[in-house]
Amino acid sequence: MTAPTVLEAPADTRAAARRAVFIMLLCTITGALAQMLIKLGSTKIGAHLTLVDVAHHPSLFVRFALQMIGNPKLFCGYAMYGLNTFLISIALKGRELSRLYPIIALTFVWVTILSVFVLGEHLNFFRGIGVAFIVGGVSVLGLKGKSGK
Amino acid sequence: MTATPTSSILFVLTSSFIGSFGAVFLKLGAEHMKGGLAGLIKNYWLAIGITLYLLSSVFFVMGIAQGEVTILYPMISLGYIWTILWARLFFKEPFTSSKLGGLAMIIVGVALINLGKQ
Repeated sequence: MTAPTVLEAPADTRAAARRAVFIMLLCTITGALAQMLIKLGSTKIGAHLTLVDVAHHPSLFVRFALQMIGNPKLFCGYAMYGLNTFLISIALKGRELSRLYPIIALTFVWVTILSVFVLGEHLNFFRGIGVAFIVGGVSVLGLKGKSGK
Repeated sequence: MTATPTSSILFVLTSSFIGSFGAVFLKLGAEHMKGGLAGLIKNYWLAIGITLYLLSSVFFVMGIAQGEVTILYPMISLGYIWTILWARLFFKEPFTSSKLGGLAMIIVGVALINLGKQ
């Protein structure tokens, strides 16, 4: 099943496609902001765990999860994610998911920029190029490629 | 500057692995969707999918609590490896050249970011 391209589609379909792109773009920005809230909230939870700790004491996992629920920043961050999921499901009615991948990939750019300005993290050459590769890779995922089975 | 401990990276990778199963169950849920609110609540596939997403988010927060977001957040993209693999195994969605090419770029990207860890 191939979706009609924007040029040959009727005007109302084109408007729906443009709205889908706009909603998705908005979602990448709010998604990145939510990510900042999640990071800021997570550092407030004192438990410093490793995967081995959790494997040996599953109760630590439950305690951590309960602390997450009581954390306002985490709550707001995940509430924003929930809202995003709802908006994305609306956007998907206007345009094929695979065509929206390049926009979804922008989230990685926003999160990196916000990490520098909000969290004071450092960006270097490798991190910058790495993010560019990921954005390129996620954008390519949805393209119609030859099926190799 | 706060370093990014290996345990944080492992937490985020675990989270993306569990999350990829969440997507599988949401897809199953969507395929078994019946109309109305009752149909939505009684859709066990959806419930399992959402539970897996919640579990994966606890692991994610455990990971991100220590370490840098610029290192840890991009690792979520490795979840696409699993998603594409499960889509092939469970839903017979074929591997395509663009999927494989995209995955290769993602893996190179995450490797480069880890090179820039210091």
